Amino acid sequence: MDVNEVLLPGVGLRYEFTNADGDRIGIVARREGSFEVIRYSADDPDEAKPLFRLTTAEADTVAEILGAPRIAERFADLTREVPGLSAGQVVVPAASAHTGKPLGHTRARTRTGASIVAIVRSEDVIASPTPDEVLRAGDVLVVIGTHDGINGVRRIIEA
Amino acid sequence: MHTSLALLLELGVILVGLSVLGAAARRWSFSPIPLYLLAGLALGNGGIAPVPAAGDFVEVGASIGVVLLLLTLGLEFNTAELTHSLRRHVPSAVLDFVLNATPGLVAGWLLGLPWPGVLALAGATWVSSSGIISRLLSDLRRLGNRETPAILSILVMEDFAMAIYLPVLVVLASGGSWWQAVIGVVIAIASVTAAFAASHRWGHHVNRWLAHPDDEQLMLRILGTTLVVAALAELVSVSAAVGAFLVGLTLTGATAERARAVLAPLRDLFAAAFFLAIGFAVSPAQLFPALPAALALAATGIATKIATGWYAARRDGIAPRGRLRAGTALVARGEFSVVIMSLAGATSPELGPVVTAYVLLLATIGPLITRWSGDWLSPQRVRAPRSS
Repeated sequence: MDVNEVLLPGVGLRYEFTNADGDRIGIVARREGSFEVIRYSADDPDEAKPLFRLTTAEADTVAEILGAPRIAERFADLTREVPGLSAGQVVVPAASAHTGKPLGHTRARTRTGASIVAIVRSEDVIASPTPDEVLRAGDVLVVIGTHDGINGVRRIIEA
Repeated sequence: MHTSLALLLELGVILVGLSVLGAAARRWSFSPIPLYLLAGLALGNGGIAPVPAAGDFVEVGASIGVVLLLLTLGLEFNTAELTHSLRRHVPSAVLDFVLNATPGLVAGWLLGLPWPGVLALAGATWVSSSGIISRLLSDLRRLGNRETPAILSILVMEDFAMAIYLPVLVVLASGGSWWQAVIGVVIAIASVTAAFAASHRWGHHVNRWLAHPDDEQLMLRILGTTLVVAALAELVSVSAAVGAFLVGLTLTGATAERARAVLAPLRDLFAAAFFLAIGFAVSPAQLFPALPAALALAATGIATKIATGWYAARRDGIAPRGRLRAGTALVARGEFSVVIMSLAGATSPELGPVVTAYVLLLATIGPLITRWSGDWLSPQRVRAPRSS
């Protein structure tokens, strides 16, 4: 997908792309942090039809909704290249024995061969977490490994 | 401590009055500038309700207002945006200058103004009001339109050109000869370059000192520094306004962002004082004789700005409807025309009424035309209405 970026001097940036349905969609990112989402009509591509505006906080929430599940999917794309390798998500339950303990404590890779490549924590993503990273209830672990390996990590975390 | 009852009362009533006017203006997404000028006319010399006690405060506030207007203009600035605009829209900026400064030049000459007055009138008809226009584009939800980058590029280049134009004007207006003006320009260009170089090399040191995490400290430091630099600039006759503009240019990134936020309320207060003071200085009796000239200039100014916007938008490959929207958006003149007039006002007393009337007209008509132009040349208008 091509995203066109246009500088709006004094205002911010405008991003533009066409979606699969053929709608031309624009997002104006203003310097002070708010956003405006617009759509260009087919008969006059110069004039934007305003759809809605988002404050900084609203935009963060929308990004979170759109962003978190996508991360695991992107890893799934990556693993498709290597036969036998797959990606999965494991949610850390509040009752887990590992909640509040460093990631290294799970010894997940030593025991299953699968790697925890990212932790999604509310709106943050911790990419390639170190063994010192303390797990919290509700964290989503992005795991890459064999099918059995991923299930192994799930059993360890959910125990 | 002695408190002046009359001062507090008059000032309070004025501010409440301005807030009512401002709210009404915003309600219809108008600029409050013409209303502030009208309030100044009504309250000032020969007006309907003179305010002797608050007058002094307004006069002092006005000079701080100019400094803050120019400081925030400089803060808006960003080299990346300027170079981007320069890459695409230099011909548009040249056309903008030639088409829009010429009517002021000719009118100034016809009115028999001295040279600094002619130059000031040319400047006043040249610069669009970036404040009014960017607010208007946001209110009309046109920021996403394809013609908007062309409009904003022209505004950025006009603002930058002020760094050269204002010192020339100030030197000539203070009775300097052409070579003093040249020196003034050289000092200004050297200071701009030095400011940019300094902000590039030592910007993080300056920024670190100015960018105190506490908002109150940030506001006091930036305001204090700006006033000192403005005073020094005035001392070497480069004008306080230009000095403040340079301080604004030096600050970049997150500091500039925060500075804009903490200074915005102060700027609004003192800028209001500035517009009031301009109204004070002009008596309504002088305004009427200036109307024919102002009307002629306004009519020309509308046409030349529409031509400028049309050309700039066409360079970006925009269709005629968008070109018209770009042209009409540029019509509004405001704060900078008034600042220019105030800098040269002493040399040509005839200038004040003309520019005040001109800004009153275009700061009101500009946003109106911009709004209406959304429907012009619209294919829906030509097509027969669909039955519902």
